[in-house]
Amino acid sequence: MDFRYSPEDEAFRKEVRDWIKENLPESWATEQEALGISEDSFQMALEWQKRLYKRGWVGLTWPKEYGGGGGTLMQQVILSEEMAKARAPGIANTLGVGMAGPTILSFGTEEQKKQFIPKILSGEEIWCQGFSEPDAGSDLANLKARAIRDGDYYVVNGQKVWSTFAQYGDRCLLLVRTDPDVLPKHRGITYLLMDMKTPGIEVKPLKQMTGDSEFNEMFLDNVRVPVSNRLGEENRGWYVAMGTLAFERAGMGQAIMFKQVLNEIFRLAAKTKRNGIPAIKDSTIRQRLAQCAIECEIMRLNSYRSLSTSLKGGGPGPEEMFSKLFWSEMNQRMTELAAQILGIDSVIEGEGEAQLWQYRFLRSRGNTLEQGSSEILRNVIGERVLGIPR
Amino acid sequence: MEFTLNEEQQMLKGIARDFLENRCPKAHVRDMLTDEKGYSPELWQDMAELGWQGLMLPEEYGGTGGDFVDMVVLIEEMGRALLPGPFIPTVVYGGVAILQAGTSEKKNELLPRIAQGELSLTLALQESSERFDAEGVAAEAVEKEDHYILSGTKILVPYAHVADYILCVCRSRSSSDAEDGISLFLVDAEGEGISCITRTTFDGRKLCDVKLGEVKVSKANLLGEPHGCWPLVKRLVDHGSVAMCAEAIGGAQMAMEMSISYAKERIQFGRPIGTNQAIKHKCANMFVDVECGRSIMYWAAWAVDEGVPEASLAVPMAKSWCCDTYRRVAADSIQVHGGIGFTWDHDIPLYFKRAKTLEYTFGDCDYQREIVVRELERQLASG
Ligand SMILES: Cc1cc2nc3c(=O)[nH]c(=O)nc-3n(C[C@H](O)[C@H](O)[C@H](O)COP(=O)(O)OP(=O)(O)OC[C@H]3O[C@@H](n4cnc5c(N)ncnc54)[C@H](O)[C@@H]3O)c2cc1C
Repeated sequence: MDFRYSPEDEAFRKEVRDWIKENLPESWATEQEALGISEDSFQMALEWQKRLYKRGWVGLTWPKEYGGGGGTLMQQVILSEEMAKARAPGIANTLGVGMAGPTILSFGTEEQKKQFIPKILSGEEIWCQGFSEPDAGSDLANLKARAIRDGDYYVVNGQKVWSTFAQYGDRCLLLVRTDPDVLPKHRGITYLLMDMKTPGIEVKPLKQMTGDSEFNEMFLDNVRVPVSNRLGEENRGWYVAMGTLAFERAGMGQAIMFKQVLNEIFRLAAKTKRNGIPAIKDSTIRQRLAQCAIECEIMRLNSYRSLSTSLKGGGPGPEEMFSKLFWSEMNQRMTELAAQILGIDSVIEGEGEAQLWQYRFLRSRGNTLEQGSSEILRNVIGERVLGIPR
Repeated sequence: MEFTLNEEQQMLKGIARDFLENRCPKAHVRDMLTDEKGYSPELWQDMAELGWQGLMLPEEYGGTGGDFVDMVVLIEEMGRALLPGPFIPTVVYGGVAILQAGTSEKKNELLPRIAQGELSLTLALQESSERFDAEGVAAEAVEKEDHYILSGTKILVPYAHVADYILCVCRSRSSSDAEDGISLFLVDAEGEGISCITRTTFDGRKLCDVKLGEVKVSKANLLGEPHGCWPLVKRLVDHGSVAMCAEAIGGAQMAMEMSISYAKERIQFGRPIGTNQAIKHKCANMFVDVECGRSIMYWAAWAVDEGVPEASLAVPMAKSWCCDTYRRVAADSIQVHGGIGFTWDHDIPLYFKRAKTLEYTFGDCDYQREIVVRELERQLASG
């Protein structure tokens, strides 16, 4: 067992740091979050992604022939650690790089890879995800958006919901029903890559409890998707989709990001008074701070464990199965603690630091729903990992 | 970066599991609940034959030259089997102290005997103040020519009643800094002036109050620098705390496995109880907590072994998480088992009791969390 980085790793780390110093405008480090979900923040993320892409650092481990960096997993980890430490903005094409790309690389044809991957990395084409429907949330296999084959096209009719960033999307990962009668239902689902400029698509932003509109309703009225944009075989889309969900893993960068947030909470506790004394002197707050710190550290260590297993060529270790379950609930505890320290300021509208915490506090409630609710994830652990019957 | 068990460690784990399933079944654990010694000398000898007491000792002293991470792998299995006895006090406190701070005579004299299973040692740190820091050390050591005179009372000393030597932490010089003036003595447990009252915990472990009544100890039995031993004591406590984490994770793993099996087998309302999410999700939570515990426990073991600065955070973090986990998993295991899990003859209560006893050793989870915050405050203040 060894938790140290090798000299080559450290050399790469220095390279990343130096590059960040030259390419990341200082104010960006915090500005993006303050901008919230807006056109401005999206444009900042897009500009940042372009700079990273030029350096070969979007999709660092993806094959060079499709515009990736051809780097190692270890380098990817160091890169995301350093980005988090520098508080660099996120990239614009989160879903493209996080989900669409890996799925297309695993399941796509050669033409699809050549067509889509480079533009995912450069940010030229922003991706969104159209899985959920009004009657198909946790029970995703119940989806009804109907696709009927018409020559070289599928004609799609139906409604999607909670589609994040569909308002910015150029392309969409779309799950549709191609066989309405088959049982079990998941055997009649097909995976399509839909151009969002196709006639018949209407996107209506939904206002979230944060006040922002990250996600949308999406109405599909006779939308024609070429059969060549099908990922995998007809009626086999469920298996591709399950692959996609497996790519939604929390990484090391995220672990470092949470540590930064934790440090902020410590500073907040030091300067905020509760009942006449600094919050950090309050023994209940101290216990909660410690618990959050321990959980942040565990998240980092779990990522190391996954990384170490992957480097040895092993499949996902047990810790990977619950990483999202773990951090989503941890983030709720952390943001609740910050709100508690701030007290009434955390619920008053306005601007400034308190509002940032207010936003994080509200946004964290979505974490245990999106990408598989905590209940569904506990079912998955119970049934698939521990083998307890349904 | 390497965060998986190597081949030898996996082998050790397998051998330890087989041996302990065979030699330390629950019937043995129950026998020891009322045994005066609280452990079996025959089993102790057989463990020595497998090289366990010498696992961390260099070959020149009859050991196998392993490291602390190897030891933690072994202790996890001991926790799973609920092995009673003075293994951790002897090997982790005694062995590490002599190896790190003993003179070459002491090493040559004692380490081979530890490896051969001939000696049992323990650490006497706590006193009536029940503190775990240097301020809690009041027992005095007064220098007299070629020896020291030790007086005071140590409490909760594990297995002192069967120890050959007791490592006594004493104040040998007064100073405004509590961590200055601490010495560590290797005291013959049979020596004049020592008296011992044994108490038994509800899981059959022995904790002794050791009275030092003007005990004469030769200067040759000083371990490490006189007056400057607090860092060494701290290292022993760190090693011990991580050993507790390993016991906790091993025990929690077993309680969890029993619960999962029961959730699959026990039929109520015509189906396995595990089909109910109230039960299934409890099992899922156990799994998450135990695996997280394993991550942080191995990190702490590595940090302590390497002596890197991270250890000051890793140890209290691991202790808090692992002991919380053990307690929670064992409690939920009783719930999953229903009435049978509440009976004296069922094994789950043995785990529940062990979990609670372990938590108190070197400070409960609240205490560990307080240490974590202090350390983080210190780190943030120094940038
Ligand atoms: C911020 C945010 C962003 C999102 N982005 C996207 C996106 O980009 N694309 C997309 O397709 N979807 C997206 N979603 C949708 C998300 O995947 C769904 O909300 C989620 O799958 C839950 O579905 P539902 O909302 O219909 O709730 P339901 O499935 O109706 O669940 C309601 C409650 O019942 C529980 N429940 C349901 N079934 C079970 C069961 N079998 N056992 C135990 N409990 C159960 C759930 O855990 C939940 O607590 C997003 C959601 C959020 C909050």
